[in-house]
Formats: sequence, structure tokens, C-alpha cells
Amino acid sequence: MNQPKPLWNPYAAGALLGAGLLLTFMMTGHGLGASGFTTRLTAALAHVAAPEATEANSYMGSMVEDGANPLDSWITWQVIGLALGALIAAVTAGRFRITVDGPGRLKIGTRLLLAFAGGAIAAFGARMSLGCTSGLGLSGAATLATAGFLFLIGFFATGAGFGLLMKRFWQ
Amino acid sequence: MTFPMAISGVASGLICGLIFGFALERAGFASGCKLTAQLRFRDWAVFKVMFTAILVCALGLYLLDLTGVMPSEMIYIPTTYVWATLLGGVGVGAGMAIGGYCPGTSVVSFMSGRIDGLVFFVGLLFGTLAFSGVYERLEPVLDALPGPEAQTVPQLLHLPTWVVLVALLAVAVVVGWLTRGPVPDAPCATPSSRASTAQPRIGGATRNAT
Repeated sequence: MNQPKPLWNPYAAGALLGAGLLLTFMMTGHGLGASGFTTRLTAALAHVAAPEATEANSYMGSMVEDGANPLDSWITWQVIGLALGALIAAVTAGRFRITVDGPGRLKIGTRLLLAFAGGAIAAFGARMSLGCTSGLGLSGAATLATAGFLFLIGFFATGAGFGLLMKRFWQ
Repeated sequence: MTFPMAISGVASGLICGLIFGFALERAGFASGCKLTAQLRFRDWAVFKVMFTAILVCALGLYLLDLTGVMPSEMIYIPTTYVWATLLGGVGVGAGMAIGGYCPGTSVVSFMSGRIDGLVFFVGLLFGTLAFSGVYERLEPVLDALPGPEAQTVPQLLHLPTWVVLVALLAVAVVVGWLTRGPVPDAPCATPSSRASTAQPRIGGATRNAT
């Protein structure tokens, strides 16, 4: 089997990420994001499954009112680009492999259950703060916004607390 | 040409997203193991990548503002809602420690073939649905303690922007120096490559197990 190429130096990857983020600000006036898309996708899927309940919902209603398509937004294209960029990078580095990551001491089923729970908790948090690690932690902090740094403090403090609790499940 | 260029079409979304996804994958952020290794203080790559990106972009925005090419009033700066912003960070941090990813990196993860990244992504949709179910009851918390609109750290601390940039650079340099040296990445290699190399687990992995 071919060896995957080594990862980039973190400072090099960070510099490319920062340059891409700066380009995004220069093109659009705002930064990069991710949870904006998952929110819109949730609204779109909920609208298919339960149109009336979604239209009546105080959070998602405005996204689907008057036949609007919540996915008709810049962030949708940005996340498609994100997915393609990641795919190109993984394939060209020989790192694309169907696998289950996660704490190695846990069974695959447990790992997937934790992944699901983590996703649900992260999305709930990102909706409270109006942004996730990308939209608020990275893009917000790059504008030196107080909100970006407050978010990062909560993120790293809690992440480290739970990270140390989870430590024993990792090899 | 004036900046921002107010391009909000398909092409700009795809281009910005492509760079974003490419950089995150090359940083190793497709791996939940690598991402959470930061939270276990095993690997400082997440801090280094994020801090470098923030510094590069912040310096660029500062210079564009200074030269008048793109005044900072023209860009989107989020507003703090003390409880909502802080608790949101708490949720996303807990979510990453438990599930391995954040919303953006879960996409990078499943595009590199990781099933747990896809499951995390599906979890995001259910978490969003749960949030929309309790949104009305949460609103008093979400709207509480709003900060000044689009407030920045230099405004908060009454310091010139360049002082804040130098302070952030100093933090990055000090943390980078303290955590220099090789990273034990063997435990985070993909299972198949781990099997193919058949390397003994070295460094922090062994220390960690004891």
C-alpha cells in the first residue's frame, strides 16, 4: 500500500488558511463558515418531511416562508467547495480511506454513537452562538471581534475538560 | 477596484471553500484523533494552525484598513451576546471532545473517507432540529447581555490594533516555542496505514498509556 504523504507543517497550513480567509473577506466582506449551511440544510430537509410544522417554527419558519429555498445561499457553494477541496487534498496526498476514526479503545458502534451525540451538541452550541469554530472562532477572531475570542475561550476550556475525560478511551 | 468586491456568486463560494477545505485537510484536520489530540494536550497543531490563520488574516485586514483599501467598517464583525456566545463555544468544544469534530471539519473528515465524520454531520442536523424546537424558550438567554455592536478586542481594551496583533503574535510564538519538537502522530495514522507500516507506537502514545 502506498504511504500517505506527510501532513503540512501547521504554520504552512495555517498561513494558507489565513490567506484563503483574507481572500474571502476581500471578495465577500465576510468570512468562512460551516454551521450556517447545516442550519439551512436542516430547514430544507424538515420542510420536506413536515412542511407545516417547519413553516410554523419560530426558528426555521423565516428560512422557508413564501416558498424560499433555504439552500439558495453563498454558504451552500462555500461548503460544496470545502468538501471538494478536502477531497482533492485527501486523494492527492494518498490519505483517502474508508475508515472509522475515534477513540481506539471503544467499539465502532460506540464511536459512531459518540460522533452522533457530539455532532448534535456542537450544532446546538453553534446555533446559540450564531456561528461555529469556522464562522465565529476563526473568521470572528480574525476580525479581532470580542465575540470570536469569547467563543474560543469557551470552546478550548470546555473542549479540554471533556477531552481529558475522554482521554482514557484513546490509545 | 473597491473592496470588499461584493461578489457573492457560485464561483466565489466554490473558490473560497476549495482553499478552506484543502488547507484543513493538509493540516490533518480530517482526523478526529488529530483534532481531539489538541484537547488532550498531545498535539498542538490545532492551536498553531488556528492561531497562524487568525494572525495572517488579521494582519492582512489591518493593513487593508490602514491603507484605506478596505476599511474595517466594510467587513462583517460579529456582535457578542455574553451568554449565547460563551455557551455556544462550550457546546462546540464539548461536541468536538465527544464526537471528534466541529461542523466544518466533519465535512473534511467524511470527504477523506471517515464514517464517523459523516455520522457527526448527521448529528449536526439533529442538534439543529432540537435547537429549533426549544428556540422560543431559549430566546431570553440568547438575547441577554448584548455587547456593543461589532465590538473588537482593541475597542474593548482601548488599545491600538497593532498592540493587540503584537500580543497575539507573542502568544503564538511563546506557545509554539514551548510545544516545539516532533509530534507523536503514529496513534493518529489511519488504521490501514498503521497496519501497513507496523510501527511500534512511540513517544507520547506509550507515555499516555501508562
